[in-house]
Amino acid sequence: MADQTNQPQRKNLEGEVWIFAEQEEGALHDVVFELCGRARALADRLGVKVGAVLLGDDVEKLAAKLYPYGVDKVYVVEDKRLRYFTSAPYAQMVTGLIQKYAPQIVLYGATPLGRDVAPRIASATLSGLTADCTDLKIDDVPDAKTKEVHKNLLLQIRPAFGGNIIATIVNPEGWPQMATVREGVLPLVEPDPARAGEVVREKAALADTAFAVEVIKREIQKKTLNLKGARIIVAGGAGVGSKENFQLIYKLAEALGGAVGASRAAVDGGFIGHEHQIGQTGTTVRPALYIACGISGAVQHRAGMEDSAKIIAINTDPDAPIFSVAHYGIVGDLNEVIPMIIKAVAARGAE
Amino acid sequence: MSYHSIVLVKQVPDTANVTGEAMKEDGTVNRAALPAIFNPEDLHALEAALEIKDRFGGTVTVISMGPPKAGDVLRDCLYRGADRAILISDRRAAGSDTLATSYILAQAVKTVGGYDFVFCGRQAIDGDTAQVGPQCAEKLGLPQVTYLEEILEVEDGTAVLKRNVGNGWEVVRVRLPALVTVIDTANNPRPRRAKRMMRYKFKRTALEFPADSPQLAEAKEKGDLLETWSLDDIGADLQRCGFAGSPTKVHKIQSIILTKEGSVSIEPTAEGIRAMVRELIDDRTLG
Repeated sequence: MADQTNQPQRKNLEGEVWIFAEQEEGALHDVVFELCGRARALADRLGVKVGAVLLGDDVEKLAAKLYPYGVDKVYVVEDKRLRYFTSAPYAQMVTGLIQKYAPQIVLYGATPLGRDVAPRIASATLSGLTADCTDLKIDDVPDAKTKEVHKNLLLQIRPAFGGNIIATIVNPEGWPQMATVREGVLPLVEPDPARAGEVVREKAALADTAFAVEVIKREIQKKTLNLKGARIIVAGGAGVGSKENFQLIYKLAEALGGAVGASRAAVDGGFIGHEHQIGQTGTTVRPALYIACGISGAVQHRAGMEDSAKIIAINTDPDAPIFSVAHYGIVGDLNEVIPMIIKAVAARGAE
Repeated sequence: MSYHSIVLVKQVPDTANVTGEAMKEDGTVNRAALPAIFNPEDLHALEAALEIKDRFGGTVTVISMGPPKAGDVLRDCLYRGADRAILISDRRAAGSDTLATSYILAQAVKTVGGYDFVFCGRQAIDGDTAQVGPQCAEKLGLPQVTYLEEILEVEDGTAVLKRNVGNGWEVVRVRLPALVTVIDTANNPRPRRAKRMMRYKFKRTALEFPADSPQLAEAKEKGDLLETWSLDDIGADLQRCGFAGSPTKVHKIQSIILTKEGSVSIEPTAEGIRAMVRELIDDRTLG
């Protein structure tokens, strides 16, 4: 943990492509499988193996779930003290494995846990880390100064500056090349049940003093809201105006058989809970129909919904950026427009 | 027992409120149209530190890295109750990525020393990386507690904290000193105090005055100089700062271009809406 021990890693061109196999209470996080598919594609391009790092208590049984998704080797560390995630011990374990095996790429889910642990590992290994990537590729990159070509670098593509730009980040030096990847953006690949892999068991050489954080109590809510799976989403923003008025959004969602979403402004305004938030810091969705009501369409929000098949935007401001991604733009007051839609839908049903 | 806190804050462009007005003709964002603000979650980090001070006594020291203009957020911290504010301003720090930034901030924290807590906002809205806090913790050899929701207890060199883990919460006991990142639901930042504003509003960093000018001498005499440190003042290894200390390089930047192609404008009338709904039923979007 002390800074003095930090050494730059060797640039291992034959190194594996690794993913961090985040698990909680014995279940792998959804994003792990998304990472597997991309890690496999990157590794195939580089001609190397895919490794997964799996930490916890009694988790080796999860390794077999990873092979069908393209993982060749699962580095398993089991220790009772690793049952619940705490930053420093987890970071120390992954750092140790990176120092031992020198992978060339390490990918993490951009989950609350991944975003907590990955920066510590980057700091300890003096490596570059790009947060919240939405795409990853391999390509040759000429050095900006020397014009020397760096072969097969990981292109780490992410929205930046509040999502108003898309930046492609590389680390020619400072390996392994590390990135956290947003949930729900990489396509899930079809598993191949015939694929096999191997477990590599590692010891947790951690002093008890490394455990400075003790989890006393935890309460994890079961997901009750499935925004990702909804065919229709009606989302409200700051323009809805109040918690009470959000009922209008609920009514339209009910009329259409859809789920209720919200922009960050609506969540921050206390109109609705965070679990409804769509966008860069919320859920990414791709429904058949997305209705944005009173949402200006800050790029952070658009990033989470612009791939919807059909988008209707309702806003009083004709210059609102949301209209730029909408298939149907309605410049008007949502308090008048929404009841009209409900009425039109009910009328069609009655025919 | 009293506790000493260090808070890391940042001045950022207000990327969250990009409205039609801040969009250029070509659909890209006009950055100059965005005002510089106090990074929102950092205000909650400051409030957490002030809460500790109110409850147990102690001090609050604020550190920011940035150009002289970043003195704005430091003055704001003084208005709200911080005891000491330090600006790390050095051209050689330009181009620092999160690894280099965390190195510089960690050096500054070490230079201040004598702390029980280091607080920072979870993330800054210009990059949204949430990396600098944990990277500082690693460099300082501190345990970290991210996403602080509530300070439950502080006693016997430990703190009991509630953290938000996205799909629920956790209560943890952490040994002090520790680094804590704070989210915006943790507290309500207190307003600026009029008295403190009167006292601190003339505080400027020496970098804002011409060198050796009478104005600088006067500010110094009046005690109106904001404490400002260079990389040398914090004993930083220049190889680990700025471009040299930053492994991540920007390879390419693309502005998001807003296109209006294929967009149909619907009149907000019953007839317009009926036609739209009919179309959505016809193409099977609506069941």
